[in-house]
Amino acid sequence: MNLVVLAGILGVVMMFTGLLVKQLRVVSGIAAAGLCVLFISNLWELYHAPFFTLPESSMLATTRFGLLINQILLLAGILYVVLFGRHIQVVGKHVADYYALIFFVYAGIGISTSYTNLLMLFLGIEIMSIPLYILTGSDKRNLKSNEAALKYFLMGSFSTGIMLMGIALIYGATGSFNVASMNTQLSFNLIVGILLLLISMSFKVSAAPFHFWTPDVYDGAPTAFTAFMATIVKVAAFAAFIHLFEGSFEMLNRKWQLLIAIIIACTLLVGNITAVFQQSVKRMLAYSSIAQAGFMMFALFAFNDASREGIVLYGAAYCLATLGLFAVLIKMEDYTFDGFNGLAKSQPLLAGVSTVFLLSLAGIPLTLGFFSKYYMVSAALSTGGKYLWLFVLAMLCAAISVYYYFRVIQAMYFKPLGGVPGTSTSLTTSTTRAFNYTLLVMALLVILLGLQPQLLLQFLYF
Amino acid sequence: MPIHYYIYQACVLFSIGVAGVLTRRNAIIIFMCIELMLNSVNLLLVAFSKLHYARAVAAGAAPTTGTEAQLFVFFIMVVAAAEVSVGLAIIVMMYRNVHNVDINFLNRLKH
Repeated sequence: MNLVVLAGILGVVMMFTGLLVKQLRVVSGIAAAGLCVLFISNLWELYHAPFFTLPESSMLATTRFGLLINQILLLAGILYVVLFGRHIQVVGKHVADYYALIFFVYAGIGISTSYTNLLMLFLGIEIMSIPLYILTGSDKRNLKSNEAALKYFLMGSFSTGIMLMGIALIYGATGSFNVASMNTQLSFNLIVGILLLLISMSFKVSAAPFHFWTPDVYDGAPTAFTAFMATIVKVAAFAAFIHLFEGSFEMLNRKWQLLIAIIIACTLLVGNITAVFQQSVKRMLAYSSIAQAGFMMFALFAFNDASREGIVLYGAAYCLATLGLFAVLIKMEDYTFDGFNGLAKSQPLLAGVSTVFLLSLAGIPLTLGFFSKYYMVSAALSTGGKYLWLFVLAMLCAAISVYYYFRVIQAMYFKPLGGVPGTSTSLTTSTTRAFNYTLLVMALLVILLGLQPQLLLQFLYF
Repeated sequence: MPIHYYIYQACVLFSIGVAGVLTRRNAIIIFMCIELMLNSVNLLLVAFSKLHYARAVAAGAAPTTGTEAQLFVFFIMVVAAAEVSVGLAIIVMMYRNVHNVDINFLNRLKH
């Protein structure tokens, strides 16, 4: 609850900051401080009472799982501001407004990790999405950014319409907006409603076959904001997705697993196979985010304690690695694979940390990515071996993903500097010391949690 | 009137909206179709609210049943208004740059 209220207040504060403070560095500093406040207040709520209490029958109820997801996303947010602060400043003139929108997104995240009512689900998802439409189009002179914003907006509000239809039909069947009330006898209205909700949430987390907007939007948006929505917002949408169907799982069980298995298979295949053919690393990361969403969908397949642990680990692994990779990418002059040629010679630190992040995304042991994939798949396996083909497919797709992740490593370490004419490994802006240390800390965190995932999971229980 | 009429009408309006989004090429018209989808949901929610109210009264339960759906309608209106303001701003921004609102122009990201 702290997160929702404080993030809303801080968003308004940031808007006034834009009027009163002119130095851009100060604005970034205030935003980072605000995120630290949110981080501490959320941590306080995890162990003590929240500052703002709600009556028992309210539409929001925080759970430990939701608070831990918030905590991870807030940590990722602080890292995000430190890494991307200078790049947010060059996107446009209204830097404080961008930060204000980011705070509003956090308010939406707070709602969508703790709702108990479909009304709050709708509001949370919308509060997360509407600021993102603006952030996507924030580079106003750039046609690609315009196009991405319009596409994202049309697709996003279309899926909102579908979600609302689903909610209305569920209400018609059960007479209540409570998430728990979905767990009743199935009727026609209820089935159609749940399917429509499933479709619209798949839109939001970009699971195939509803992923079409993802590559274009991620490619067209300013890279600083792509990094934000590809990591933090996506994990929050997953938390909402899982929370939505957690209670009603028992009565859905059989048919449900087949449906989710089909979505997972499509998502894994489309994401991984298309990623292989990309020339631009930014676009490759967009498809890789679809592929990673396929693995996160295993949590919806299983719904047990292990899958909860899995989604916490996966969220952390995916956020850290993808944020780090985008931070390296945004420094590059050339976004193609050739642009990375010989990076290990000119920028050994950047090459080293991005290798760690790529290994984590590919799921190589000793990194957090390995354990997150392991938890996900083993949680799904423990529900019974009925869908063995799905697990074989997941392993094959993980093997495919190694190919395109290692292409970047190969370019960095084994290709000569400037080997291809017309490309350069020069950086657009030099790296600051804070930037380098943050990346280093993130890489170490990926390895440390990869060795000891319990360090993160203990927060779920103690 | 039986509840079916409202449900069918809402479904028809919703389908018109979906069909419009999928087939039309003008960004403003697509946008209108999305609004149509949202409003068909409003209609459906009010109809269901009335249905559950009638059922609750017949069963002798509290007559406040069904109010939450009507509240939901107001929330949808507010969110739809917020979406309109953002969406029209994006369309205007697009128009300033390419002097067109046809979404066939949206192909720069494909290559």
